[in-house]
Amino acid sequence: MSVDRALEGTGTWLDERLHGARGVRVLLRKIFPDHWSFLLGEIILYSFIILLLTGTFLTFWFQPSMTDVIYHGSYTPLNGVRMSEAYASTLNITFDVRGGLLIRQIHHWAADLFMAAIMAHMIRVFFTGAYRKPREINWLIGIVLFTLGLFEGLFGYSLPDDLLSGAGLRITEGILQSFPIVGTYLAYFLFGGPFPGHEIIPRLYILHVLVIPAVILALVTVHLFLMFHQKHTQMPGKGRTNTNVVGAPMYPYFMAKTGAFFFFVFAALTICAAFVQVNPIWLYGPYNPVAMSADSQPDFYMGALEGALRIMPSWQWVFFHHTFAFNVFVPALLPLGIILGGAAMWPFLEQWITGDRTEHHLNDRPRNAPTRTAIGIAAVTLYGILWAEGANDVLADHFDVSLYAITWTARVGIFVGPVIAYIITKRICLGLQRKDNHLIEHGVETGIIRQLPTGEFIEETRPVDEEHLAVLTSRVDHPPLPAVETTDTGVPPRGMRGGAGRLRERLYKVVTESAPMPTSHNGHGNGHADGHGNGHADGDQHAIESGAPSTAGGPGHPEQEDEQH
Amino acid sequence: MSNTNPRGSGDSAWPEYLTGGGQSGQGADQPEGRAAPHRVIGTPPPAAARTMLPDYGQDGPAPPARELPADPDDPRRAKKIEKVVAACFILAMLAGFGFLVAYGTIGVGSIVKARNSNMALGGTLGLAMLLLGIGATIWVRHLMPAVELSEQRHPMKSDAKDVEAFKETFEEGAEASQFVKRPIIRRSLIAATIPLAVAPLFLLRDLGPLPGDSLDTTVWRKGLRLLVYGTGNPLTPAEFSSPGSLVSVGPEGYLDDDDAMAKAAVIIIKFRPGQLSFTNANHPVPGKVVKNWTVDNIVAYSKICTHLGCPAALYDQNTHHILCPCHQSTFDATEGAKVTFGPATRPLPQLPIGLDSQGYLIAMGPFNQPVGPSFWERG
Repeated sequence: MSVDRALEGTGTWLDERLHGARGVRVLLRKIFPDHWSFLLGEIILYSFIILLLTGTFLTFWFQPSMTDVIYHGSYTPLNGVRMSEAYASTLNITFDVRGGLLIRQIHHWAADLFMAAIMAHMIRVFFTGAYRKPREINWLIGIVLFTLGLFEGLFGYSLPDDLLSGAGLRITEGILQSFPIVGTYLAYFLFGGPFPGHEIIPRLYILHVLVIPAVILALVTVHLFLMFHQKHTQMPGKGRTNTNVVGAPMYPYFMAKTGAFFFFVFAALTICAAFVQVNPIWLYGPYNPVAMSADSQPDFYMGALEGALRIMPSWQWVFFHHTFAFNVFVPALLPLGIILGGAAMWPFLEQWITGDRTEHHLNDRPRNAPTRTAIGIAAVTLYGILWAEGANDVLADHFDVSLYAITWTARVGIFVGPVIAYIITKRICLGLQRKDNHLIEHGVETGIIRQLPTGEFIEETRPVDEEHLAVLTSRVDHPPLPAVETTDTGVPPRGMRGGAGRLRERLYKVVTESAPMPTSHNGHGNGHADGHGNGHADGDQHAIESGAPSTAGGPGHPEQEDEQH
Repeated sequence: MSNTNPRGSGDSAWPEYLTGGGQSGQGADQPEGRAAPHRVIGTPPPAAARTMLPDYGQDGPAPPARELPADPDDPRRAKKIEKVVAACFILAMLAGFGFLVAYGTIGVGSIVKARNSNMALGGTLGLAMLLLGIGATIWVRHLMPAVELSEQRHPMKSDAKDVEAFKETFEEGAEASQFVKRPIIRRSLIAATIPLAVAPLFLLRDLGPLPGDSLDTTVWRKGLRLLVYGTGNPLTPAEFSSPGSLVSVGPEGYLDDDDAMAKAAVIIIKFRPGQLSFTNANHPVPGKVVKNWTVDNIVAYSKICTHLGCPAALYDQNTHHILCPCHQSTFDATEGAKVTFGPATRPLPQLPIGLDSQGYLIAMGPFNQPVGPSFWERG
């Protein structure tokens, strides 16, 4: 066929210049594991692509200028009103460019989806332990990407210079001013002088359309390359081990699926943009520093920061004629600093506490790491309370509750809520582990009661099928730490000495707390030798760390830190 | 499939005229007596190219056994699925044409048209992509034969001998570069980069002026009339007679100056006699009391919230609370705008007001303290 020949001709032409046949063949057969939660990362990538496409469209008409103009355009309610060129050109895109409103709304919805999907993706990665070695670098890149996304979003929705986003810039200026020593300088350098000035929109514009997207694009590229190079993690299941990757090949399966998913993401955003109004700047009016309306809310991803600012009591020091505005810079930096900084440090902290320096490619089920899951839920709770507090006026209005009562609840809640969440989550995880153990040890209850010849009644159980059993038995026990007290020499081993060693020992007990490992496999102990062997007690299979191609090893056996050196 | 190379030099996969040195020109110019390569230039015929791929290189993979089944199990069901997928794609195409038609027929230029155009364009475009996604998903899940393959992982850590070779290469390079052996080069190079590293910071210096004491003052001064924001009219106490109302005002001559108004915006509130719980003598800002705080039970406060600078624009006349809509700092208007709730730390500064000869409200002087959010130098 001529198509065949044309393809072959092209392929040969390229291969003679690029030497691609072998590499591309491997690429086409690359295996991608499948799980619904792996789609979250794809949503991020696709919303980012959509953001680049729609954003480029918007730049063709948008004027990043704060020069005053008098509006005479299609949006008659604002006829004759003084406004910046930025705001006027946004009105122009909305009401005078065909498809302009649609693309604007897709762009805004895509930004919200981008941030929401990042959060969901981070949560998935954390709860399944997918950040563990060797993927710590990608975890850190992800946290940087999230932070960049916050700024990219803030700068982006500030560009139309409308009343709502202008208030956001005013708050940004106030936060900068509050920083000790350098605050006023930072604010004057960013805004080119006193607020609002005439510089901020053009400056935010170039940061929003060039600088930050370029950094995001570079980091996304590295993120994806590392994911590709290290191969994706997989969920536990039959035939899935720490040393293999099971799934469908990229060509044609993954390509077709992910292509379809791109269309789904684009379709969802387009349909939202067509029928659900977002950021109607024409209703807010142009920015002026004197006006403001009630129910002012930033975009959802800034909500936690907003809530932190609202929650803070009015604390301030004046010290030798200088002001420490704790009421501003503490909530601006501390809560998100704790959550993001804690997330960044956690993989390394966990490695230090457990002594587990092995590679992990088989994901944990969240219940199988009760402490990690509980810490994660505590962080999500803290974030959620701050986020809800960011809308305290809206909550007060809709539920007819006192605004101050909501704020006080949140003030207490940020301390109590995470603790309660931690305790409950841990109990739930341990309970689920015991339930799993029961299934492994006794099988599935069938509801059939049988009377034995002796007269005794028993309930029949049937063994768990292999598919489920593989999932249930995916839990690995943590190897013990070297003991602090060593009797023969009296000197504790390295890594366990002094106060740090004692702290590590105590944390180890908390972090590795789990229900006891199941004892038998319901008589099926040998029915699933495909990598889920119950040999975790031997401690001699350093499956992947030692470089030995092991097919039998379950999730790798953590080596002690000291064996590394 | 390459040539034999009598000189034995280089990679046997390369044609001889490349590896052989002095030869130039076409493959047809091979010196006699040597075995000519099978093909030197040009595109191999497709059949040869196909067989060449897996063999390419020296340790390339053997031709793979078939891993993916060619067809689904149930051909009759597949036929049905094929029709469903095609239907999705055809509908997607129709929706796509609908988009083009909507673009051409529904214009913009008014609120209603923009809304209709948005719904028509977004609806058709969204539908087209949704159908493409659905069609492709059905195709993958139900038409492509189900397959699950497995691939080995390899430890990320390199083999010891590779690490050793890398170390050697790196150290050889470091030694050859003389960088380690000659500290004067190393140190002078580092010294040379220091000014270059801080140069960008210097270049950013002109991003803005230094704040100086510009945050301490506003444009208000003695004698400036209070003009109503929006109309630009001056105000007499008689015109502003209804107790409990709030009016935004700005200094005469600066209403359209956003930079000035960002600090100079003021609210005035009229109280009933006796409602104000402070007098000129017991004003809540200690030590900075000036005369003429109020005129005829009218009080003027800065509108710029002392928390983060939002306009504190909400006023509840029952509780006399001024509420900032951004972070809910609450100020009691009858008590010198002192903070009663929320994150703000300081009262809204009060503007001393009086009357000019024509009976209009004027400022009797500037604010006696900086307005707006706290900052380091404020003290």
